[in-house]
Amino acid sequence: MHDTVRFILADQVEEIRNCDPTRTVLEFLREDRDLKGTKEGCAEGDCGACTVVIGELHDDGIRYQAVNSCIQFLATLDGKQLVTVEDLTKADRQGKTKLHAVQQAMLEQDGSQCGFCTPGFVMSLFAMFHNNREEPTGRVDIELGLAGNLCRCTGYAPIVRAAEQALSAERSDHFSGREQHIVDLLKSIQSTGTLQTSSENGHFYIPRTLAGLCKLLETNPQAVLVAGATDVGLWVTKQNRRLETVIYVGSVEELKQIRDAGEYLSIGAAVTYTDAAGDISARYPAFLPLIQRIGGTQVRNAGTIGGNIANGSPIGDMPPGLIAIGAKLVLQSTQGQRVCDLEDYFISYGKQDLRAGECVAQVRLPMPPENQLFAVYKVSKRFEQDISAVCGAFAVQIEDSTISNARVCFGGMAETPKRAKACEQALEGKTWNQETINQAMQAMLADFTPLTDMRASASYRMQVSQNLLQRFFLEQTAVPYPVRLGLRHTPGNEVSNNDKGGTGD
Amino acid sequence: MHSAIGHDSASKHVAGTAVYVDDITEPSNLLHCYFGTSPLAHARVLSMDLSAVKQYPGVVRTMTAADIPGDNEISPMHKFDEPVLAENLVQFEGQPLFAVVAKSRTIARRAAQLARVEYEELPAILDIETALAKKSFVLDPHILQRGEPQTAITAAPHRLKGEVFTGGQDHFYLEGQVSMAIPNEDGDMLILTSSQHPSEVQHLVARSLGKPINAVTVEVRRIGGAFGGKETQAAQWAIITAVMANMTGRPVKLRLDRDDDMRSTGKRHDFQIRYDAGFDDEGRILGIEFIHALRCGISSDLSGPIADRAMFHSDNAYYLPNISITSFRCKTNTVSNTAFRGFGGPQGMVGIERVIDAIAQQLGKDPLTIRKANLYGVDKRNITPYKMVIRDNVLPGLISELEASSRYKERRQEIFAFNRNSPVIRKGIAFTPAKFGISFTTTFLNQAAALVHVYKDGSVHLNHGGTEMGQGLMIKIAQVVAEEFQIDLDRVKISATNTGKVPNTSATAASSGTDMNGMAARAASRKIKKRLLKFASKKFDVAAAEFQFINNRVKAGDIDISFAELAEQAWLGRISLSATGFYKTPKIHYDPQTSSGRPFLYFAYGAAVSEVEVDCLTGESQITRVDILYDAGKSLNPAIDIGQIEGGFVQGAGWLTSEEVWWDTEGRLRTHAPSTYKIPTCGDIPTVFNVCLWDKGRNREKTIHRSKAVGEPPLMLAISVHSAINQVIAEKLGGKTLPSLNTPATPEAILNCLYADK
Repeated sequence: MHDTVRFILADQVEEIRNCDPTRTVLEFLREDRDLKGTKEGCAEGDCGACTVVIGELHDDGIRYQAVNSCIQFLATLDGKQLVTVEDLTKADRQGKTKLHAVQQAMLEQDGSQCGFCTPGFVMSLFAMFHNNREEPTGRVDIELGLAGNLCRCTGYAPIVRAAEQALSAERSDHFSGREQHIVDLLKSIQSTGTLQTSSENGHFYIPRTLAGLCKLLETNPQAVLVAGATDVGLWVTKQNRRLETVIYVGSVEELKQIRDAGEYLSIGAAVTYTDAAGDISARYPAFLPLIQRIGGTQVRNAGTIGGNIANGSPIGDMPPGLIAIGAKLVLQSTQGQRVCDLEDYFISYGKQDLRAGECVAQVRLPMPPENQLFAVYKVSKRFEQDISAVCGAFAVQIEDSTISNARVCFGGMAETPKRAKACEQALEGKTWNQETINQAMQAMLADFTPLTDMRASASYRMQVSQNLLQRFFLEQTAVPYPVRLGLRHTPGNEVSNNDKGGTGD
Repeated sequence: MHSAIGHDSASKHVAGTAVYVDDITEPSNLLHCYFGTSPLAHARVLSMDLSAVKQYPGVVRTMTAADIPGDNEISPMHKFDEPVLAENLVQFEGQPLFAVVAKSRTIARRAAQLARVEYEELPAILDIETALAKKSFVLDPHILQRGEPQTAITAAPHRLKGEVFTGGQDHFYLEGQVSMAIPNEDGDMLILTSSQHPSEVQHLVARSLGKPINAVTVEVRRIGGAFGGKETQAAQWAIITAVMANMTGRPVKLRLDRDDDMRSTGKRHDFQIRYDAGFDDEGRILGIEFIHALRCGISSDLSGPIADRAMFHSDNAYYLPNISITSFRCKTNTVSNTAFRGFGGPQGMVGIERVIDAIAQQLGKDPLTIRKANLYGVDKRNITPYKMVIRDNVLPGLISELEASSRYKERRQEIFAFNRNSPVIRKGIAFTPAKFGISFTTTFLNQAAALVHVYKDGSVHLNHGGTEMGQGLMIKIAQVVAEEFQIDLDRVKISATNTGKVPNTSATAASSGTDMNGMAARAASRKIKKRLLKFASKKFDVAAAEFQFINNRVKAGDIDISFAELAEQAWLGRISLSATGFYKTPKIHYDPQTSSGRPFLYFAYGAAVSEVEVDCLTGESQITRVDILYDAGKSLNPAIDIGQIEGGFVQGAGWLTSEEVWWDTEGRLRTHAPSTYKIPTCGDIPTVFNVCLWDKGRNREKTIHRSKAVGEPPLMLAISVHSAINQVIAEKLGGKTLPSLNTPATPEAILNCLYADK
């Protein structure tokens, strides 16, 4: 066990001892290092003003990803490179500041007005600059890559133009030039044993193995598990909570694996949305447009599917779809492993089937059966980076025009993600036609008593849930007219996924 | 002049080196401040026990209303209707009650949660309807009338009545409210704040400290977005830090967390607008009555002039011969609403545009035909309801150009054809103009001043009363000064707005920043230029009129010296190279008693065509194409102006579609963070977004280089988006009645209209 958090900032290895468990990267930058270029806009990971880029060793090189520094805990940087807006400029031989290509493009396209969101946009663009370098970056990629950055002044048009300019030129900079040097530095700060750093405010652990994690959980049953901190970060920044023991699961090797076991695809609980998107959508293409609408790029780079499940949100964008396809959950403790149906994991609001000392280890997605039709739809006030009013998932199997099996699951309709059993019953054994759909839509009324809140009223939730089934039917029967908005975000018209698991960032 | 030059701070913005208030190097003995608020919408405060707050480790002291040595108020009009800190009564959820300073912000925030307050809950008025029923008003109702609307409506061949509700809007400036107070000798106070109105902050801080205004200096270098939300709303936090700094003798900083910022500061007023209109077969409005009821929140703040501007823009671009507008300024137990880009104008315009669309639906005509039929004339039918003669109406020509360049007519037919074969995804298109009055409607506010120094090396220091919040004011004014002296732009130093340099300024608001401060800076520059010419004339014995300032040089015949040389010579010759300039907007006057006059120097005009798609199963919508033509006069800086148009339009589209301010039944704001309050992202903007400045633009009035204001009017062009969405619903449902789509047109609002009969 060692006690020092080590990461790279501006080519130097930073060594932090006695790291406060909930100190954020943003606080560290602004308060401890006097680096004021990174801004706080919302302190909840929704505006992107605080965007920084994290570099990690990946296939002998470095992978750069944008994240929100306001809700990232500092200690999670262990073994990584932190890149801030200050690092992008460099002095030329005359000592004059030379802007990075993405900064220059923002300048030339008048991409800043008040300038407060600008460093965050610059950092998102910098990450895009370093991803998918061999492929052209189109408008869809730009919109996806920047969806996590809010600007209130420009109306985005000049920023999109700046992105087009910067990402169409040759993509080399002083980072690509020194990549080997940084790789060597990163290698020098990799460690294998569990890290424990403690301050007067508590303890932060970084286990590297599942066994190590389970052992820690056994001795610290009250510990808070953190992966992307896209939810737990807000307990600190918004509720001012003190978390005395935090265990970071993002370095647990087994939890970061994606494994194709033939009959199922296993996604480790600490795999981020960004990394999971490619493999999940290879089996279930319908998931891709949904995953691309979960948070912004920064959230998808940090947030994990395991975390999304473990925190038991009544909406949780992934669970409805996963339940509809019959996904299973693997729970692990020092006592061993157990497997449960994902739908059984959600007991009631705020209550999950998670025993003391247990953690979510994997999600298993079954192989889609032949002749399964599957779709998952999200409805929210804003298309991108919003929480669902309703998220509906539909998986039906059709044999000889008859529905042999139907699983319909909704988020936002009850206190947990919940199947629409009456609706399913109205579908099963019936002919796959409009009349059956009408009856199933009616049946859905018996399934849910949704709430009215700021996202939608009860009546809208019910109406739109029924209508999503109608959309599903129309879409699957390939009617000769569009049934979803725009072509920008539909499957088949997406950014290609490379081995970096990119969702366009 | 008139060239597209980027924002002066752009290179600093992109490098992260532009300094905002929270980035200023902190004094070593700085204390961090936070505050506690009411969890209830309306309650008597029976007792407040701050002992746990005080005892929290790291806390230095607390502050309540009783600690304020002077006035406990933040009313811009000094109506004493809103306190800095509530005393015995809390009137909205989020109202500040006390403050605490500590050695860190985290400690101050944690400590602020520990207060024990006993309340006696009181009945709360939470919506406009209830306020109207209970006659709960912050100000008396107003009526503006011309002609005999009731008679005209009754006599008209056609008549329609209806109602539209426009929602509120949070400013969502990316930089939240922040203030740092630094105590100086003699108890003087320096305030570094993010405010559009440094003078008002100065005045209110002085009053709260019980000191003369000259004891307080307020400085603003740049603001990370404001949009009206930092016009009156910055003062409260400045006062808290100043009083705390005064009590502790140490610098104090207060930066609001986003959620508290959204709960505790005002927003755009939501309006209930009722209309009753009579019109002829051509759709010409013969008589119309509007009733506005707006949510002001707990206090008057700027609600009076906002309600007035809504009334002044109830005509938008249309001649309404017989009209009455009744305006109720409702008092509710919600945060006091405030200025927001457009200042009531957008709400007023939504009302009349709704009426036009409804007439078109009833008559079965293209709404653009009805718009044209009602448009103000150029020399006839050109008197507003407040009896101002419109002499600069450029809309007929501008509309024709946009109609052609956007292919409005053809696309409308193409859309109908598309819709015939598309039952789920429907398209719609709408064309709306905007005419927006430029000047503060409170006449005395239309004044500005500037201070210009020329140093002996010929470099220039520029200061004026306007604040930079991203709109490019500083670069435009610097352009004006560089133009006067014919020197390079980088010879003009842009400096922080400071009440010690230019006093008694008006807010940078009402789109007036460039118009007024530009003229003032020019006046100051001309004074110096005149002195330089007089000096040069004497020195070289050449008539002053012979001299020309060209390209950093001053020339007359074979005399040719650099501007810098002349400056040095003038200094040696004991010539003052510093001057103030002053400007007051001419020609304007308004009599509220008779509701008549000329409240505006001129009008800014523009028009937009928006195309949308709507999913009729979910109510989701998307803007697919927008074409805008805008009259910026002779634009001082097309790059800056286009940026204002694009940004204003998208902000308006957000207000009208996805941005929903939502309170629960207890009066708690539940959309108080970006996770629940949705401003547009870059995926929400139209794929095709054509923004053009009108090439024939030239201000008829003698404004600065004949340019026109551009800050607010483009926001109102987004009404075309809302209108287009409603057109989709109208076409889908058929019939002669326009659907009553309110704003924002969220998926739910749209689906409700589509299912209105079900």
